[in-house]
Amino acid sequence: MAGGNDLKLLGMWASPFVVRVKLALSLKGLSYEYVEEDFSTKSELLLRSNPVHKKVPVLIHHGKPICESSIILQYIDEAFAGTGPSLLPADPYERAIARFWAAYIDDKMLAAWTQATKGKTEEERAEGMKQTLATVATLEGAFRDCSKGKPFFGGDSVGYLDVFLGGLLGWVRAYEKLGVKTFDPEKTPLLVAWAERFWSLEAVEPVMPDVSKLVEFGKMLLARAAAAAAGEGN
Amino acid sequence: MNHQEEGEKVPKLFGFWASPHVLKVIWALRIKGVQYDYIEEDLPNKSDQLLEYNPVHKKVPVLVYQGKPTAESQVILEFIDEAWKHRGDPILPEDPHQRAMARFWARFQHDKLSPPIWKWFTTQGKEQEDAYEASIEQLLVLEKELDGKRFFGGDKIGFVDLSLGQVSYVIPIFEEITGVKMITEQKFPSMSAWMGNFLTSPSVKDHPPPLDKLQARYQAIREAFLKGEI
Repeated sequence: MAGGNDLKLLGMWASPFVVRVKLALSLKGLSYEYVEEDFSTKSELLLRSNPVHKKVPVLIHHGKPICESSIILQYIDEAFAGTGPSLLPADPYERAIARFWAAYIDDKMLAAWTQATKGKTEEERAEGMKQTLATVATLEGAFRDCSKGKPFFGGDSVGYLDVFLGGLLGWVRAYEKLGVKTFDPEKTPLLVAWAERFWSLEAVEPVMPDVSKLVEFGKMLLARAAAAAAGEGN
Repeated sequence: MNHQEEGEKVPKLFGFWASPHVLKVIWALRIKGVQYDYIEEDLPNKSDQLLEYNPVHKKVPVLVYQGKPTAESQVILEFIDEAWKHRGDPILPEDPHQRAMARFWARFQHDKLSPPIWKWFTTQGKEQEDAYEASIEQLLVLEKELDGKRFFGGDKIGFVDLSLGQVSYVIPIFEEITGVKMITEQKFPSMSAWMGNFLTSPSVKDHPPPLDKLQARYQAIREAFLKGEI
């Protein structure tokens, strides 16, 4: 069932944080059992494994749960150091740079993106979009610095940051179809090229979510948010 | 050995006296027994050097070692642990699962505890009462996790203790200023003991937080919030 690794991943198909973990496992060539959590009702196993946050992804290894995508990624890298490529570089300073930009992606880019897509008012969403574009412009610079002319954030091969940002690409493409353009070929050409390159990798493509399904899911979420906002306005 | 080479061996820490994130880094350097040069930033007038070393966030702490800057206190802590791996005591444990647990609990301060505590400290009335209850709820989670251990890290302070460190000196100040006790020995026996253990631990006790100055500062901050100035 789980294969020799005794790895189980609790996830939800649309979650970019879960995609990150799937990408890491795929890149390392690790087999695992995947458990799809229902969007609205959380399983006993999930609540038991992540009582503090009650969220996916949760990776369960030898029965012990690990939560939070950045922590899971580092765990996979460390617990399976001998298997497949390393996600984080060996040098302490290079590792610090990778962790810095990962924190930036979650704390700054995602926060802005959430406001751009789920903000209650037109103004809030416009402000969120403005912030998103500013953070993406900064990430374009980060890519330039980290890749040093090579194809990935990790250099010649995929690394931690590629996986970290890569997990979001399904939603980047879905939102583009919904009219929200995150990566612009004119403003952030390096990131646009990187996204194409990353998505087409053999270990990546099969793991990425179905964009048309994400578009439908996104429409549903937006409709729900609009209804909630309209309800609050009464 | 010329002076430039000598200088590059000593890391530089850009800080601000009142920042718990800076203090965290100082204590981490002390755990490792690493000497450092300290530069006090006047935050309303940030130095050109700081802006050059941390253009993305323009904040302290920033640790510069061998000419290369590292920013974000939690990132700096891991960097210190790795760059000086063979010196002093370890900050993170060796075992991958224990490291994952340490990283998880280290985020608790920022993700779960800080928001309600700050709300409790900067509001009044019902809003403050609700924030107080929310803070207690989160502290109880920590109490359960600590479960009578001397430190979150075991026998010695580690990554989690450093990350939660400000609880040991900022909350008592907040209690003093608001006149409301939060971490009582009765409700939080483990956390209460931990606070004293943390502040008297070797790396912390010889570089204590500036309590009087912090109290005056936080007093002024609370007043400004209540007046609606912030």
